[in-house]
Amino acid sequence: MPTITEAAALPELSTDDLSRYSRHLILPEVGTEGQRRIKAARVLCVGTGGLGSPLAFYLAAAGIGTLGLVDFDVVDASNLQRQIIHSTKDIGRKKLDSAEEKLTALNPAIKIVKHDTMLSSANALQIMKDYDIVADGTDNFPTRYLVNDACVLLGKPNVYGSIFRFEGQASVFATEAGPCYRCLYPEPPPPGLVPSCAEGGVLGILPGLVGVIQATEVIKLILGKGDSLVGRLLLVDALNMRFRELKLRKNPDCPVCGTNPTVTALIDYEHFCGIVPETPQEKNVKNGIPQLTVKQLKARRDAGEDIFLLDVREPYEYQIAQIGGTLIPQNDVPNRLAEIPRDREIIVHCRSGARSQKIAELLKQSGYKDVVNVAGGILAWADEIDPSVQKY
Amino acid sequence: MTIYIPTPLRVYTGGQEAVDMDAPTVAAALDRLTEAHPELRKHLFTPEGKVRAFVNLYLNDDDVRYLPGKEATAVTAADSLSIIPSIAGGASPAGQTAQGRKGRTTQSTERTGTHAYDY
Repeated sequence: MPTITEAAALPELSTDDLSRYSRHLILPEVGTEGQRRIKAARVLCVGTGGLGSPLAFYLAAAGIGTLGLVDFDVVDASNLQRQIIHSTKDIGRKKLDSAEEKLTALNPAIKIVKHDTMLSSANALQIMKDYDIVADGTDNFPTRYLVNDACVLLGKPNVYGSIFRFEGQASVFATEAGPCYRCLYPEPPPPGLVPSCAEGGVLGILPGLVGVIQATEVIKLILGKGDSLVGRLLLVDALNMRFRELKLRKNPDCPVCGTNPTVTALIDYEHFCGIVPETPQEKNVKNGIPQLTVKQLKARRDAGEDIFLLDVREPYEYQIAQIGGTLIPQNDVPNRLAEIPRDREIIVHCRSGARSQKIAELLKQSGYKDVVNVAGGILAWADEIDPSVQKY
Repeated sequence: MTIYIPTPLRVYTGGQEAVDMDAPTVAAALDRLTEAHPELRKHLFTPEGKVRAFVNLYLNDDDVRYLPGKEATAVTAADSLSIIPSIAGGASPAGQTAQGRKGRTTQSTERTGTHAYDY
């Protein structure tokens, strides 16, 4: 790690610092020199969401001299269940501004650098080069591989955390001796196979648990103390409250950090992860299923048309919000085809349009001639047609 | 041996977190597991029978890829096999959740079976 090793070159602690960090200063593993190292450190948090909230909060509290934040998003009500750096009053505000306000209130002496952008192959090296350590709190595979590869190319440690439902993973990648993310997972799963937290849900406390593990590893790397998670994958199972660890090995054939790397510059990570831009035509027909917009659905209803609207969500979702569809949960559809008429058009909807697309394809395979998917589902309905429909 | 099933794959094991398999090797245990739960097979293996690149298998604490016998490694009832898939969650649903929503996919659904974890 390219930190300053000469104690003489480290910044001095002010009188305020001495009182603020007194509980660190009396720890033999930190002491004055360790706190000066923390003050000299420059750490980049990619994302100020579930993982980024506790991560940035604790790093600011610990006195990290320069804390960079990358985010382009705005605060949404559904974030507040876990993204504790943002408050109810911040809904609709840029996450960067909201985070900066809280961090500055906590510790006005630290420097916050805001990067108001989506990290990409075009800007990642430029943004990351000015930091000593990168902490990855993103939520999608393209950015995970981008952060990993950029860290390997720049020789910076990547403090990794990831969560899904009740499970988390944490490790430290891309230090010279240890493996990188690609040594563990050479390729991403095909799109749609592993859901995001938006689709799969997540226990709000879990990113707190994992983000604090990341913050701990960042501080240890700066201090050069203890055993870091280099070469180990920590698995957190919050439901059973079990922690396990697995040994990670550096893969000599790794395309980024192996002995003969084939990836020597940043690539197109959306493409690597199997995502290509949508063309206008595909918006109207997807995998052979015509896509109906909520506006079109509303217009047809308003015209008095008698339509068969099939809702394939779960009963508990139906209790939260519904738009007058016939409820048959997706897994029950194959056994309840008798309830779905074959001689008329079937319009299928769910929450966001993903499950209903799958069921529409299944109905078509089952011999239904005229099946249509509601693009964007009940969320689009709430956004564009009826704001009184509860979003969840 | 005990095979631990990760959350995203439990939908194929009737919700079971762990499955006990009486088998002589890692490969045999996986064969029996996927015979008992056929839907699981295409999520763990390519059509050529190779373990998928985003799935890791750990025998106790060790990556099966780095064991001398790999999947032919002998196992006993006391061993545990963990299936560790990649997960990407961490930030915000309104943010960089590009996967499968912003664009279409280059792979067809046939390659991986149905999108059964899509909530």
